[in-house]
Amino acid sequence: MDVVRGTAWNRPLPEPDPVFAPFWEAASSGRLLYQECPACGNRQFYPRALCTACGADPEWAEAAGRGTVHTFTIVRQYGAPPFKDELPYVVAVIELDEGVKMMGNVTGCGVDAVYVGMPVEAYSVEAAERVGVPFWRPAGDR
Amino acid sequence: VIVGIGLSDYPKAPHLTAVQHHAQALQRALADAGIPKSAIDGYCTAGGMAAGDDPVTMAEYLGIRHRYIDGTMVGGSSFEFHVQHAAEAIRTGLCDTVLLSYGSDYLSRMGRSLGTGGMFRSTRVAGPMQFEAPYGNSLVGSYALVARRHMHEFGTTSEQLAEIAVGVREYAGLNPHALYRDPITVADVVASRLVADPLHKLDCCVISDGGGAVILTTAERARDLRQPAIAVLGAAGGMTHWNIGQMGDYTTSAAAACAPEAFARAGLLPSDVDTIQFYDSFTITVLVLLEDAGFCKKGEGGAFVAEGHLRRGGRLPLNTDGGGLSSCHPGMRGIFLLIESVRQLRGQAGAAQVPDCEVALAIGSGGWLSCIGAVLLGRS
Repeated sequence: MDVVRGTAWNRPLPEPDPVFAPFWEAASSGRLLYQECPACGNRQFYPRALCTACGADPEWAEAAGRGTVHTFTIVRQYGAPPFKDELPYVVAVIELDEGVKMMGNVTGCGVDAVYVGMPVEAYSVEAAERVGVPFWRPAGDR
Repeated sequence: VIVGIGLSDYPKAPHLTAVQHHAQALQRALADAGIPKSAIDGYCTAGGMAAGDDPVTMAEYLGIRHRYIDGTMVGGSSFEFHVQHAAEAIRTGLCDTVLLSYGSDYLSRMGRSLGTGGMFRSTRVAGPMQFEAPYGNSLVGSYALVARRHMHEFGTTSEQLAEIAVGVREYAGLNPHALYRDPITVADVVASRLVADPLHKLDCCVISDGGGAVILTTAERARDLRQPAIAVLGAAGGMTHWNIGQMGDYTTSAAAACAPEAFARAGLLPSDVDTIQFYDSFTITVLVLLEDAGFCKKGEGGAFVAEGHLRRGGRLPLNTDGGGLSSCHPGMRGIFLLIESVRQLRGQAGAAQVPDCEVALAIGSGGWLSCIGAVLLGRS
């Protein structure tokens, strides 16, 4: 996925722990990761220290960065900055082609253009050193 | 069995702190039951929302020498979990008399910010919340994700959801304490402004102050007390996720598992229920719980509520105190579901009384339709 660098990050910043850090670091270099269990095949997100299905050690896998909008809302009221200055905006749950779901914002189109089932692709915004935050926009040709 | 209930001053009580709400509700529950405070030897509360409201600080403040304590905190449904635990603790002899208490001064202390970002202002976020916090979702938005998916899969409409708010408002009109009492129509709800699509302002619960207390004891002791005892017929709880991004199936809650479990423990069916007191944080919350509890099939909740069953005079009256949607929601509403159920089962609900009310079902929802607790109560 593309990485947007050099923008001033004013949103809540993830504070990675040893399990979360590889996800954020990979995203800062344009790779979108999830976890897959070598023992049972379960795929999961967010990253954990064990497989939520069988308890084994999960491994990292790289997603293609494409998915569809599983559900979404248009946030029209929010009390605190910076979000209250960006209203309205779309918060969505994206189902990746690999099957896992991630929360994110759909940007790059009007809020009224977003629909359940809409194909989207990921891009990343560098929020801090070794922290890239994934966002989503309407997908190009697939 | 439940022998005492008490509500503190609501919906606006600037003269009370959260802890004072606990104390006042306890005083009123003791008077209601006619039981001495010294009899209480078990305590349940769900703290963490206000200063000094954690279980052991509260037990110390209230002066409760507990042999049994339970601080289960699963959000607004905590008190449905507490009833399950307390009834079992009494049954097995861990203690004899348990107090559940709750209090919140949210409206007076924090204003109406709970649903739209007031809870979350930190700049660095640790834990799993860091996978959601950068995107500016609100509490209302979390439920909106469920409503949107329900509409997509089943064709549920905003008008059908609005029917829930309209029916609850009618009951609020009968409650002199309710925050909003003027009648509303489906058109009013769908014309109110969107807070997080597809949820409108009138799809959302109010923010208030308030508190409650519930006292449970043995059936034997209950015989000498002031009020008719209300039995815990069956209770169960469970969870599907905590953070909304982890819900997985965005139209089904843990009630699909725990409500049938509670019915099985009680030896009852949904058709036996005379009133439902469901956590109405949002209209969609009620719809999902209604389907999951087995009152209609998954996806048919919209059509079911549009038939008017949940209204006053319907066969399944909902939230007869005016609910969280119109009366009282100080942050966690679960204890009020129990209190209103008891009031109905005692026949003390005045103009809002459901005729021949013998079985009530209270279902609490904690978090974002995350932790669900179901409690069947009945005349004993």
